[in-house]
Amino acid sequence: MMAKTLYQKIYQSHIVAPVNGSTDLLFVDRHLIHEVTSPQAFAGLRQAGRTVRRPDLTYATMDHNVSTQLRSIDAAGETSRKQLEALATNCKEFNVPLLDLMHPDQGIVHVIGPELGLTQPGMIIVCGDSHTSTHGAFGAIAFGIGTSEVEHVLATQTLQQQVAKTLKVEVTGSLSPFVTPKDVIMAVIGQLGTAGGNGYVAEFCGSAIRGMSMEGRMTLCNMSIEMGAKAGLIAPDEVTFAYLKGKPHAPQAEHWDAAVSYWQSLYSDADAVFDKTVTIAAENIRPQVTWGTNPEQVIAVDQPIPSPESFSDLIKADAARRALTYMGIEAGQKLTDLKVDVVFIGSCTNSRIEDLRQAAAVVQGKQVASGVRALIVPGSGQVKRQAEAEGLADIFKASGFEWREPGCSMCLGMNDDRVEAGQRCASTSNRNFEGRQGRGSRTHLVSPAMAAAAAIAGRFVDISYVERAEGSYS
Amino acid sequence: MSQIFAEGLVCPLDKNNVDTDQIIPKQFLTSVSRDGFAEALFYDWRYLANEQPNPDFVLNEPAYKGASILLTRANFGCGSSREHAPWAIQQYGFNVVIAESFADIFFNNSINNGMLLISLSASNIEFLFSRCQQGTQEWKIDLAGQQIILGNNAAVGFQIDPDIKQRLLSGLDFIGASEQFEPHISGYEKQRATAQPWLG
Repeated sequence: MMAKTLYQKIYQSHIVAPVNGSTDLLFVDRHLIHEVTSPQAFAGLRQAGRTVRRPDLTYATMDHNVSTQLRSIDAAGETSRKQLEALATNCKEFNVPLLDLMHPDQGIVHVIGPELGLTQPGMIIVCGDSHTSTHGAFGAIAFGIGTSEVEHVLATQTLQQQVAKTLKVEVTGSLSPFVTPKDVIMAVIGQLGTAGGNGYVAEFCGSAIRGMSMEGRMTLCNMSIEMGAKAGLIAPDEVTFAYLKGKPHAPQAEHWDAAVSYWQSLYSDADAVFDKTVTIAAENIRPQVTWGTNPEQVIAVDQPIPSPESFSDLIKADAARRALTYMGIEAGQKLTDLKVDVVFIGSCTNSRIEDLRQAAAVVQGKQVASGVRALIVPGSGQVKRQAEAEGLADIFKASGFEWREPGCSMCLGMNDDRVEAGQRCASTSNRNFEGRQGRGSRTHLVSPAMAAAAAIAGRFVDISYVERAEGSYS
Repeated sequence: MSQIFAEGLVCPLDKNNVDTDQIIPKQFLTSVSRDGFAEALFYDWRYLANEQPNPDFVLNEPAYKGASILLTRANFGCGSSREHAPWAIQQYGFNVVIAESFADIFFNNSINNGMLLISLSASNIEFLFSRCQQGTQEWKIDLAGQQIILGNNAAVGFQIDPDIKQRLLSGLDFIGASEQFEPHISGYEKQRATAQPWLG
């Protein structure tokens, strides 16, 4: 039998029927929905007299639009309220379970899926959100879809798909202290470019990946979309199984052994052929910071901001020129000389408990620099409760951070949290596009520890250097 | 059926990596409707902070008023999965986008709305941009024959996935098409429930 990649194994096990030519109809195991990309899909169903085929495989939450300052459906404005109410109405009418604003487990869709055990190895998982790639951390094919496809999945529990090309990203060795999965994925994007993964599903492997927690693997897969990959995934292992055990929607006792035995078959065969392979040594990765307006415009914190002339590609040089102007910076400047106005720790990339622990370790006993607005937005009710129980919330509050309710918050400026025009933000989110966090906002993507250090210093900091100098690490 | 899928004025948008946050900024995403997005297209580029049209943005140039074919560069539509992006492009009046490459989700979303997205080599894209520099262009798109007709006997051929071409030519309702597989879906569900009962 021909050797297969993990992606190919999962794809083939989900073929309901070949449609025509190279298109297959695939079964969808989990369909996650939220308020922004679903209302038109439900309206379409209603208009065509269709219903939700498998409400039992569909789960909804409220995250993009909600205020994280107040638990009120009115708090983020009139149009947001209408959209949140539409989700509640649609879920009720079509019997879709909803974690609404008042539910103790409400949170960002890509945080709650895994922590409720909805996300499992070997599944196909879709959601009307590009960061659905997050769930690939469990060895699932997980990808974002548009609203027409949301409607298609609601109606049929399937999607028409074609086989993607496969990309192997191997990260060898082990990460240096203070280099996190966020830095790894930013370095990968820097190397491959924002379109380097177009048409591919990326599989991450290698000892540095094996050494990551599930939270770290989720951060990694989350940003696969930022290099254009259709999905990112990691073969499940003991770390995956241990994470899932006991989760509310994970296989329960009577099925656990059978499920694990199936999950153990989910890996790329040793002689499987990938269409493209990239190998990166973990030791060469330093804390990363984006300097421009797309995620491939990234450097290590100790590198100078590049000059447009350093790009041989004329279009990239022009993009760099525009980015420098938009970001209000100059070639040759040091990142550590840039003052920050806002620090945002949160989003589906970095709002899990491990992210908050890393941030708390940096800020404990220190104060947010004067003039800096710093907020921490846990990804879910569960993360919030755990952080409070571990004393992390008290550390943040004592340091001068705002401690918020769960939601997408300042990642995308769709709610009552914005970065003002011209303000510079150190953000643990995933996109530094022009205007992403608010019109004229200047976003620098970083890891939670780097964001926390920037909040304290009021400018970017090379945390690996500082911590070595202070003797925190031997 | 006409040979010509679309024809009209071409607007050149000379940028790489145009993301969906630029195509339609977040403040327009709280709508529960599929309509009304034409004004939101490229909002932050098209309008100044005082909400007056930005005279420096190509869409606002009088020569490109009424354009229906958008020409751009690599990785168009990257970022968020928001289908509001193709809705805005289509409602503004573009039914064809020509680029060196497209982001995957944006590509699927556009096709699902009956738009034609054409990928060409970097050198062909460069050639088309150079035509636009010579003066405003009116092109015809022959989908069946897979060519962009530039006029004066000049044309550029393009590749397209045969399944997608068929869907665009026949205008097939893709949910309806999948529903034809109902017996297969039910069969798959039964087998799945037996083999992997933990999946729900």
